[in-house]
Formats: sequence, structure tokens, C-alpha cells
Amino acid sequence: MQNKRRERIDRGIKVRTDGLYAISSFKEIMYLVFPRLLLIGGFLLLPIVLELAPYWKRVINILCVYAIIAISFDFLANFVGLVCLGGGLFVGVGGYFSAILNSYLKIPIFFSIPLSALLGGIFCTLLFLPCLKLRGVYFAIVTLMYPLLFTRIIEALNILGGTNGITGLDSFPNQHIENYLIILILLIILFGLRRLVNEDIGLVMRAVKDNDQSVKASGINVTYIKSIAVFIASFIGCLSGAYLAHLYMWAGLSLFSLDFSILPIAAVTVGGGGSIVGAVVGSLILVPLSEFLRFFGTFRIVIYSLILVLFLVLKSEGIMIYLTRKYHQFERWVDV
Amino acid sequence: MQIFIYGLINSISLSLVALGFTLVYSISRIPNFAHGALYVATGYFAWILMNLFHFNYFISAILSVFLSCFIGAMIYRLVLIKIRGMEISEVIATYAIGLAIIEGLRWGGLRGATYTLPVIVPGSIEIFGVIVDYQRLFAVFVGLVIFLFFYIFIKFTKTGLALKGIAQDERAAMMLGIDSDKMAIVSFILGSAIAGISALIIFPLGNIVVEAGYNVLVFSIAVSIIGGLGSWLGAVIASFIIGYAQILTEVFLSTHYQMVIALLAIIITLLIRPSGLFGKQKELEERV
Repeated sequence: MQNKRRERIDRGIKVRTDGLYAISSFKEIMYLVFPRLLLIGGFLLLPIVLELAPYWKRVINILCVYAIIAISFDFLANFVGLVCLGGGLFVGVGGYFSAILNSYLKIPIFFSIPLSALLGGIFCTLLFLPCLKLRGVYFAIVTLMYPLLFTRIIEALNILGGTNGITGLDSFPNQHIENYLIILILLIILFGLRRLVNEDIGLVMRAVKDNDQSVKASGINVTYIKSIAVFIASFIGCLSGAYLAHLYMWAGLSLFSLDFSILPIAAVTVGGGGSIVGAVVGSLILVPLSEFLRFFGTFRIVIYSLILVLFLVLKSEGIMIYLTRKYHQFERWVDV
Repeated sequence: MQIFIYGLINSISLSLVALGFTLVYSISRIPNFAHGALYVATGYFAWILMNLFHFNYFISAILSVFLSCFIGAMIYRLVLIKIRGMEISEVIATYAIGLAIIEGLRWGGLRGATYTLPVIVPGSIEIFGVIVDYQRLFAVFVGLVIFLFFYIFIKFTKTGLALKGIAQDERAAMMLGIDSDKMAIVSFILGSAIAGISALIIFPLGNIVVEAGYNVLVFSIAVSIIGGLGSWLGAVIASFIIGYAQILTEVFLSTHYQMVIALLAIIITLLIRPSGLFGKQKELEERV
């Protein structure tokens, strides 16, 4: 019997646009630019389209926040090899810093957000520094513990507003700024990180993931590279946390909650790890879903976890990787 | 004296819990973040069997431990076996399963202080002027029995030796015909059984609460790291350190600080001696 097997071949247009001749025709330019334009345009138009449904305009903000945390997880896990199980830590630290800066020290909102992202990034990096020297599961374990720890400390010492949280943060001047600020931040982070991972330092980071001994042998300090990566990721996470605190005009213990830890991980797994865009695509699917499931309360965490495990087992490449492959390649049956 | 006796009891129950985590890690190299979840699930399931189905205590205890073993085995057989070797996915998967179990129980009605398991042996006794109830002594007793059982099991049975072989050198063990997946399943079953048994012994001292799942996970991780991931003797000794530290913080500060102490201990250990007190891992493997 004649055996057949499936073969994947790059599309012609993919090969042509790889090279120097990418700009030789409109079709090829569109082939390269269209997916990116779709994403950017889609995000920019989203608030306008949803003008009819004011509730969902707020969901956009939440969606972007989750997407940013998911990007930070994806960056750390798939480009540096550090699994961060506590996304809630970044959100909480960013939110509380911003609350302290804005509510206690009266620093205006547009300074307090970047400043708290910076301070939060430094703070989180210092927290993680002891376990960056080691490889293995230590980082995952420690990141799992910190959000629980901070919740306990704030409860026990009754500092920073205790269980009530800090109230009275400034809100954004109007809803358009609220929407577009986070969308722009998301797009900048998305394309910035995609650029970064292909720069020199990004290559070194990926090398740290694949073979840290060889990086060390090249005379590069692995701990230093890892701490830079953790700083970038926690900066991004704290930025979204600070934004969230200002959005709710409140910073409380729920910023450390498990939602911020598990949903981004699920989003990355669903969207496809290692592509950074996958994190955004995953959040686009999961966050609206979670709004529909609001009725279930904490059961949503169970649902995310199950989705995550199902995707890990059945379709571990994720949606975005699959789509990219379909976009660039076609399949055919050939004789063996 | 009180501190000494309660510290001893606390340490032994802690080492019981931590033994399960470190057992699974040392054999399958998978940090089982669902460990605390199995602990809570066993307690809750025993409660359901006793109060809703009116089973005898011992039948429900045995059934719930079996359930815990079954869940543990299924976690490996259905999920982890497919993503073996992908470290990121392994960590995420056990974490997600653990969260799903814990939060599912919370949603399923495990709230408030209404869930208690009965003590097996009621009453109390005075030792050196300190009043200790029998249940705590029973916990110590069961702990010692389990240690002894494991010592004999690992030293003298074929399965035990195979487990030891996998833990020491997976490749060499596979060359000698030991199935690493089968052994990993065995390790998951044993780990979950220990989690279940310790839940049945420790829960009667208080209420069954969901938060216990997180606490157990955090403390068993702390113990395993301080003792050196994968080292069983280290885990026992580290649980004495953490156990006494817990009691001391409870007496002199407040219970809220217990987790702070655990995390501080982890961080100090990672800074000074990353492979733990009795870590078998070679320094090169762990340090970058």
C-alpha cells in the first residue's frame, strides 16, 4: 500500500517577504503588515465600537491589564526560563506603591503611575534576587509564596489601610484617557518586547533559558541577565497594577489575589507561549469569558485552571502559534 | 517545657506533611504544587462520607485516603505524563490542578467553621506538667510509624529500591529496566497517601479550612528547601527547625508571622546554602 505523509512547506509569499524584496509589491507589504495592523487597529477601534455598551468599555481596561501581566509572564517563562506563579505580586506591589505615592504623598496621577512601576520593579527584583542565582524550581516556589506572604503581613500588621485598603486615589480625567492610556501602554509593551527579545540582550536571555552554562562560559554574568529580565517583567506588571489601582481609585488586598496569578498563565497557555502576541490573544479570549462567568465567583479560578490544563495536554502549542503556522505554511500529502 | 513538647509534636506533624512533597520531588523531579490541595480534599471528603453518607469513621478514612491516592495517580497519568520534561509546563500544570481543587472546594461550600473531623482518641494526659491531648500524641505515633514504614519500604522492598534508584540516577535506573513513569506514579500515590493520612490526623485538632491547603503547601515547601530538595533525612531535620520556629513565633509574636518566618528561612537557606542542609544535588547542577 502506498504510504502518505503530510509535509509542511512555506508559502511562496512567506519566502519572498523574508528577503530583501519584501517591499517590491503592495501584496507583499500587506502580507507582512496586515496582521500587525489588524491587531493595532482592532485595539484602537475597540473603545469606539463599544461606545454602545459602556460596561464593556471598562472590560477593555481590565482586558489590557490582564494582557500586560500575561505578556510579562510569557516573557519570563519562555524567553528567560523563569516561571512566575505570582503575577498577583507585581499587581499588588505596583498598586500599593501607586496608592502610597498618590494618596499619601499627593503625587499627581501621571507621575505616580510610572514612578510606582519603577519603584515596584526595583522592589520586586530585590525580593527575587536570592533565588536568581539558582536554577530549577526555586523561582517558581518563591513567587508562589510572596503574594500570600504580603497578604498576611498587611493583615497582621494592619499597615497600609489593613484589610480595607487605601482609598482616595485620583481617578483618570475622563474615560477616553482611561481607555487609550492602557491600550497604548499595551501596544508599546507588546511591540517593544518583541523587538527586545531579538536584540543582543534578548538573545542572551534566550541563551540563559536554553543553556546557562554556555552563557557563563562566554563570560556573561547569568544572575545579572536574569535580574534585568525580572526587572523588566516586574516593571511591566507593576505598571499595570498601578493603573488598576487608579482605575478602581483603591488599592487593597484583592490586588494580590489569585486571579492575577492564574488567568495570565492560562491566557499564555491558550494563546501560545513564546510568541508574546499569544498572551494578548489568550487574554482576548479569556477575559470576556470571565466576565460572562462573573456569576460563579471563585469558581472562575477552577475554570481557568481546567482550561489551562486541557490546553497544556491537548494543544500545548496554543492558538497563536497554530495560526502563525497556517498563515506562513501550507500542508500537502506526499508519497513516502 | 510546654514549648518543648508542643514544638516536638508540631515538628513531627509538619515533617509528615513535608515528607509527601519531598518524596514526590525526589523521585519524579516534579514539584507537586497540588500537595496542599490533596490534603484539604482528603479531609473534606472524609467529612462528607461521615456526615452525609453516615459511614463508619474508619471506612470513610480509608476511602478518603484511597481517593487522595487516586487523584494523585490521575494527576500524573492523565496530565503530567504528556508534558514530562517540559519544566515550565510541569510547574504550571500541578499549580493549576492544585488551585482548581482548592478553589473548587471553596466554591463547593467549604467555608466557615462548621467542618470538623472527630478525634480518634479523645481525652488528654499530663506529661511533665503539660496537658497534651491524646490526638496529638497519636499524631506523633502515626508519624513515627510512617517514618519506620518508609525506612523499611525503601531499604528492603524491590519497589522501594527501584524508587531509590530513580531518585539517585534516573538514566542508570532506566537502563536496569526500571520504568520511570511507573515509579513516578508510585511516588505520586505514596505522596498523596501521606498527605491524606496527615490530613485525617491533623484536621481533628481544628476545623477543616481551605486556607490549610495553602499553608500546608507553603510549609512543606519551606521544609523541603531547607532540608535540601529531595533529601528525606534533611526534610525531617528541617521540619524540626521550622516546627520549633513556628511554636516560638506563636508564643512570642503571633500566628500571622509564621509564614514570614518560613519565607525568611527559605531565603536565608538559598543565600547561604542553596542545596539545603542535606542536599544531595550537586552544587554545579543547582547554581548557575
